[in-house]
Amino acid sequence: MSANPFSLWVYLSQSPLLWLTVTLLVYATTDALSLMTHRHPLANPVLHSIWIIGAFLMLTGTSYTTYFGGAQFVHFLLGPATVALAVPLYENRKVVAAAILPMLAALVVGSVTAVVSVVLLAEAVGLPRAVVLSLAPKSVTAGVAMGISESLHADPSLTAVAVVLTGIMGAIIVTPLMNRMGITDFRARGFAVGIAAHGIGTARAFQVDAVAGVFAGIAMSLNALVTSLLVPLAVTLLVR
Amino acid sequence: MIASLSLILLCQLAGEVIVRGLGLPLPGPVVGLLFLLLLLLARDRFVALARGPLQQDGVENASRGLLAHLSLLFVPAGVGVVQKLDLVAEHGIAVAVVLAISVVVTLLVTVATFLVASRLMSRGRSAP
Repeated sequence: MSANPFSLWVYLSQSPLLWLTVTLLVYATTDALSLMTHRHPLANPVLHSIWIIGAFLMLTGTSYTTYFGGAQFVHFLLGPATVALAVPLYENRKVVAAAILPMLAALVVGSVTAVVSVVLLAEAVGLPRAVVLSLAPKSVTAGVAMGISESLHADPSLTAVAVVLTGIMGAIIVTPLMNRMGITDFRARGFAVGIAAHGIGTARAFQVDAVAGVFAGIAMSLNALVTSLLVPLAVTLLVR
Repeated sequence: MIASLSLILLCQLAGEVIVRGLGLPLPGPVVGLLFLLLLLLARDRFVALARGPLQQDGVENASRGLLAHLSLLFVPAGVGVVQKLDLVAEHGIAVAVVLAISVVVTLLVTVATFLVASRLMSRGRSAP
């Protein structure tokens, strides 16, 4: 044991290995806790992973860039995961084809509501233009939203935070809200959370009901298509 | 497994090439999704396509594996909030309130539209 523990830390804290391990370990722990509470909405594994890792970075004085050096391997998979959504869509093509009209109606109305409501509300409370633009695509999955944000010359890293925050809020609120409203059609419940809260909402829907999960996945992928076309239009019309 | 992951990446790559090449206002992975869906549908029609990852649930299992831990993939982007602490201090509450209201409104409007449209459709079907 000749190595000084401090120099070992200096070495490890700069290596991708440590931060990839921390990301997976913290997520595995928070996911196990979520399972132990029978998937209670407030035990959302994304929410708790983020603050635990964030606090750990601040305590150790590690920059986000260093952290991302390790975590990028997980982040990269968002693109392939979007492609992979073709599989649940393909496997449920009969259920989807049977509900195609309600889905298209809910898709168009829902995507427009998601974009317009956030832009109007953000303008109403007087947020700066750069923030409004960055919030506009918050209901689509992170990779897509960051692409939209980039094309608007907004701030993609702020968009990513807004996307994740929206997803967590949707995932936490959807089950109590839908139960309170007495909505028992799991196709409709899943579709709504897929539109409003993308992948984190979809992950939540799969925990509650398999059909809800499938419809959430479809809603999320269709919403990625519609929102990419809609946001540039809405921003031109609505933002001062 | 490797062949299935390669097929998924290949679809994404083709999507990116088309989107960049034609200057489409679409994300590459979404076009990749369409490619993979078309491939799966084409495989059912043309037996010649059912080989490699497109047989024995190859690409299906790889996709299920990726989607099983979908929420993990959002963690690195979410931790990015540590870079935005000045913005959180300045506008954090306003942003959180705006996002929360927008989420609830979107959930309610979407679920209502779905239910109304599906009720109208079943009525239209039973009427004639």
